[in-house]
Amino acid sequence: MATLEIRDLHVSVEAENGPREILRGVDLTVKQGETHAIMGPNGSGKSTLAYSLAGHPKYTVTGGEVLLDGEDVLAMSVDERARAGVFLAMQYPVEVPGVSVSNFLRTAATAVRGEAPKLRLWVKEVKEAMAGLQMDPAFAERNVNEGFSGGEKKRHEILQLELLKPKIAILDETDSGLDVDALRVVSEGINRVRESGEVGTLLVTHYTRILRYIKPDHVHVFAAGRIVESGGAELADKLENEGYESYVKGGASE
Amino acid sequence: MADVNTPSGSTTAGSIEVGTAGAGAQLAGPGTGRATVKQPIDARVSVKPSFDVNDFPVPHGREEDWRFTPLHRLGGLHDGTAAEAVRGEDKVDLGLPEGVSASLVGRDDERIGKAGKPVDRVAAQAFSSFEQALVVTVPKETVLTEPVRIDVHAEGGVRFAHVVIDVKPFAEAVVVINHTGTGTRAANVELLVGDGAKLTFVSVQDWDRDAVHASQHTALVGRDASFKSVVVTFGGDLVRIHPRVSYAAPGGEAELFGLYFADAGQHLEHRLVIDHDTPHCRSNVAYKGALQGQDAHAVWVGDVLIRAAAEGTDTYELNRNLVLTDGARVDSIPNLEIETGEIAGAGHASATGRFDDEQLFYLQARGIPADEARRLVVRGFFAELVQQIGVAEIQDRLMEKIEAELEETVA
Ligand SMILES: Nc1ncnc2c1ncn2[C@@H]1O[C@H](COP(=O)(O)OP(=O)(O)O)[C@@H](O)[C@H]1O
Ligand SMILES: [Mg+2]
Repeated sequence: MATLEIRDLHVSVEAENGPREILRGVDLTVKQGETHAIMGPNGSGKSTLAYSLAGHPKYTVTGGEVLLDGEDVLAMSVDERARAGVFLAMQYPVEVPGVSVSNFLRTAATAVRGEAPKLRLWVKEVKEAMAGLQMDPAFAERNVNEGFSGGEKKRHEILQLELLKPKIAILDETDSGLDVDALRVVSEGINRVRESGEVGTLLVTHYTRILRYIKPDHVHVFAAGRIVESGGAELADKLENEGYESYVKGGASE
Repeated sequence: MADVNTPSGSTTAGSIEVGTAGAGAQLAGPGTGRATVKQPIDARVSVKPSFDVNDFPVPHGREEDWRFTPLHRLGGLHDGTAAEAVRGEDKVDLGLPEGVSASLVGRDDERIGKAGKPVDRVAAQAFSSFEQALVVTVPKETVLTEPVRIDVHAEGGVRFAHVVIDVKPFAEAVVVINHTGTGTRAANVELLVGDGAKLTFVSVQDWDRDAVHASQHTALVGRDASFKSVVVTFGGDLVRIHPRVSYAAPGGEAELFGLYFADAGQHLEHRLVIDHDTPHCRSNVAYKGALQGQDAHAVWVGDVLIRAAAEGTDTYELNRNLVLTDGARVDSIPNLEIETGEIAGAGHASATGRFDDEQLFYLQARGIPADEARRLVVRGFFAELVQQIGVAEIQDRLMEKIEAELEETVA
């Protein structure tokens, strides 16, 4: 069973006046089949955690380790991590002019699966996944993220999640900017992947809204660069009612 | 891509000159240029067009039409020394489909000089110095099913060349001129597109790394005729191509496509002029280039002039550049000058973008290795343009060529 272990992870970014530590010792273990919600106020370092796991060059790991089934994730390049089974659904997906969605998806699937999917099966697979996310087939001929609405970008991220079938899915604010209908469609997509039981999900969010559709097994409160409290789904209810106040000012984060 | 991290060495300038009140409302596409060049096109051409090289002073580099060109790398084409130097040899191989005739003719042949005059000293030098011209004629109403092929392989030394492609009324032809080898070469290509005729002219500059090539392509488009120009520049040390279009009668249509790939130290310059002096003609320009390596330099100047008589003109021009590494430089200057308000549409766009790390990260985060990710982006960038050429055989060849260039250089 796939397991992602994050141990005492410290991460800095290069700020104007030198390196600035954002993650200050994150410990977390995510197993295949589990869903962990990471909740915290803006600026607490949630995206930094997500991007660091995916290997974004902007973030420098200064301490700790990340293991996927015992393999050193931090020693892998960005694409090696993805091929090893780490998937990051981005908060702000990037436009790639001149590259069509269909070409992109097929290139990615070929890379991750280690061989080109059989064309006929692949076309069917993409079609079904797109239908499930209520995406117009014409979408496949558009350039990656170019001129996509906020909702289209998020659907496109989840489409990739469904097609690439990672071991560990990190979803960074996939709920942000979605109206209620889109949130439901996107959540159903995520749930389809979760129901396979083959993915460990790290659901990064500021709001509890998405948790109405996706039930986490564990909820972690993130503040000032580390996990300050962990609990079950009931912790989300507490956050819903009380907000992050107690964690931010003189609370557990200091 | 319009506004991402333009490298410090690039300029993207644009201007729209409107001579008649009200025309502004009809401008179709917005220019993305940042600076404005307030210089009318006529004033920017330093000397009147002429067949005689002596009518042009030797350029010194500050002239508007020479200011981007490193004159010392022109092999003396601009100052008369090349004309004195040892002439080189060409191997020219022709592929002529049935019905097409080709002949080498002397300087005084009456078919020479009909499309227009040289507009700069190098083109005039070529005109003044060539010995024989190649005239290719596609007879009236002849519709070719395969391309006319002109393979030029230069083998060093200086060459001055003149080519006339004469497509008679209602004929249809694709003509491909392919340049390989090396040498210092100045040429004029005349493209006569008869009434109702269709010509696709493809010029591929696939030179060795040290070649020097300057060429003026002068097209005269007949009534209701269509002209398509495809200029592809990969090789050479200094390449300066000057496609020009004017219209002999109303109803003509011109599409000018170009793609170029500049590596370290290469200077690839494309200067286009479309002179709309005739009513109800159309033009569409799309040039795309990629650059990589220290001192890779691309220059693109697109001058479109809509004269007072040219009512109903519809024109658009676009230039996009993708800068793959530091140290490359792009100068992109679209210029649209409008003297009549009665136009159907006019617009331009120019954008120079960095190949950015966020794109690379996004693709890699989906398992695609870095080198493949780069190639994917560059291939996509060019494919968009190649698809518009409309001749499958040429499209395939170009994509193969791009693929080979990518294998070699984008790692
Ligand atoms: N390049 C940077 N320079 C300085 N600070 C940065 C940089 N990038 C991110 N930060 C800071 O890191 C902190 C965490 O950001 P982020 O991980 O995006 O938080 P979250 O996703 O929880 O809102 C914020 O305070 C942010 O301002
Ligand atoms: Mg964030």
